[in-house]
Amino acid sequence: MSENLIEESIISRPTYGTLAIAPGLAHYFVADASGAECVIRVAQAAPKDFMEKVHILYVPTPGESALITALYALGAKRFEHMVSIDDAVAKLGQWLSEAKMGSQLYLAGTEGLIGKGVAMAEQCGLDHTAVHCEHRGSLARRVQCVHCKTMIEDVTTQPTKCPSCDLLLLVRDHYSRRLAAFQGVCINAEDPSEQVEIKEVFK
Amino acid sequence: MTIQFRNETFRNDFTYANSRSNIPRFPFPFPEDEYMYSTNMEPHMAMRAGSPFENAFDVDEHYVAEMQERALVLADDPGRCQALPHMETAGWDFLELVMVSKARDYPDLFTLSIDGDRWHWINKPLQINDRFTFGDRSTLPCHPMEYIGRQVQGDHAILDQRDGNLWLDAGIITAQADWSLDFDIGMNFFEWHAPVPLAHELGVFQRALKFLLSLPQGQPSRRLNWTLTVNPRLDTSPENYPKWGPDKLAVTPDNIGEKIHLRVELQTFWRLPRSNAIVFPIRTYLMAMNEVVTQPKWARRLHRVLRDLRPELVEYKGLSRYHPMLVEWLAQFDDGAPTSPGIFPD
Ligand code: HEM
Repeated sequence: MSENLIEESIISRPTYGTLAIAPGLAHYFVADASGAECVIRVAQAAPKDFMEKVHILYVPTPGESALITALYALGAKRFEHMVSIDDAVAKLGQWLSEAKMGSQLYLAGTEGLIGKGVAMAEQCGLDHTAVHCEHRGSLARRVQCVHCKTMIEDVTTQPTKCPSCDLLLLVRDHYSRRLAAFQGVCINAEDPSEQVEIKEVFK
Repeated sequence: MTIQFRNETFRNDFTYANSRSNIPRFPFPFPEDEYMYSTNMEPHMAMRAGSPFENAFDVDEHYVAEMQERALVLADDPGRCQALPHMETAGWDFLELVMVSKARDYPDLFTLSIDGDRWHWINKPLQINDRFTFGDRSTLPCHPMEYIGRQVQGDHAILDQRDGNLWLDAGIITAQADWSLDFDIGMNFFEWHAPVPLAHELGVFQRALKFLLSLPQGQPSRRLNWTLTVNPRLDTSPENYPKWGPDKLAVTPDNIGEKIHLRVELQTFWRLPRSNAIVFPIRTYLMAMNEVVTQPKWARRLHRVLRDLRPELVEYKGLSRYHPMLVEWLAQFDDGAPTSPGIFPD
């Protein structure tokens, strides 16, 4: 998928760059399948001793193994693959709590992974200048229903139905880094009889 | 002057109204016949006896009813009051500011006695008589921000200052014009303002932040902000949008004068002494169109402001469904005569 799919929008809506090595004593990478190639690209361009300072957490798509092999072959100091983004981010929290000053964090993949990784880094007190993100893969959004507070993963449509309270939600660009989520607000609250077409827009 | 506190509601049967003598003291938000966003901030100095700018924290006839309304909202949704862990000192700062100001400005309603860190607070209208140790959370029933926030009209946000920005790290927000504390908590000045149209491009927020970052203690500032609300409903939160959204469809040319309310926020900004945070009271005043038009200057001016309002603001403020109807209704009060400068009625 091409880079920079995210259009300019309101200020709380994050935009992301391209990963490159930043000076640091330890380097933590978290990637999902769509971000794996970014990790490989950065590692291949790195100086010789770089991989000794690298820790990788990887979330493969179920059944996939070629990228696990490729990432493992990079020879990082630590490499683990996890079944879900939440597990990987929880593990990241453990690693960061033991991490040295001057650590760098690299997040590569879908917005859900990046958002949760950023929130964890903030929680662990990592300076935001030490967090680097590259967005790859699906534009699916994590959305908080403002009405019943349910977190809805992998939202691809506009509007989207809240699985918990059944309201039809407008997915706004307003984004909370703390929640790692976009805001969903009822789209036909003023006139619930209004029919709104549901379109696939966050692919 | 004694205040007669009204027994009234902001939901269901909506018995809220302004008494006749309360109407001229309404903080009408338009100094001119047109309106656009600007960095409209001025010192929060005492001015005009009887106006809402006379005292640090204005207390009016709606005080008791508003505090009852706040209690109902918090019982329903405790998430309307939240503070990140580092905001407790700021909560005490805020409590002190309110207690000291109210006891000074309304000695017949509030008294505060301080003996070292042993404080005694009496709030007569709400029948509260409490002794506590300042700075010791265990001597209050809840977080100091919540404790005092349940006794002061208006929503309150507390902003932590760091990295050259302000962070929305605590608040007690039950009467908001369509924004969510639960969603916005932890955001910085530019992030929580992100949904506002046009103002970013005009540099309004850059200038406002710069000003606030150097806000000195003891020199509070204020500004007015406004929108319109159908029915005198204080809780127009996004959380409850399905409850108040349909109200907009019930507006007709016959009931528009009683249904639509001008909703004005008197916003003030105070530097806090121990935490270096800023407390941001958002004090909401509601007035039905029928009440507004009793002041001929306000009626003329409101007609002109709304008629010429930028479409982006009509949309953002959520007025689209009834905006044309309202402009037409207000036109009957506008004879084209010039209006005097400033916000006060003639
Ligand atoms: C520092 C404390 C402040 C806080 C906590 C605050 C908070 C907010 C919030 C939550 C909104 C609603 C945004 C949304 O749509 O979700 C808003 C709107 C707005 N704010 Fe602020 N604000 C503050 C200070 C200021 C200042 C100093 C200005 C000065 C120009 C300002 C100008 C505005 C404007 C123009 C809007 C749009 C209002 C409307 O059209 O109804 N704010 N603010």
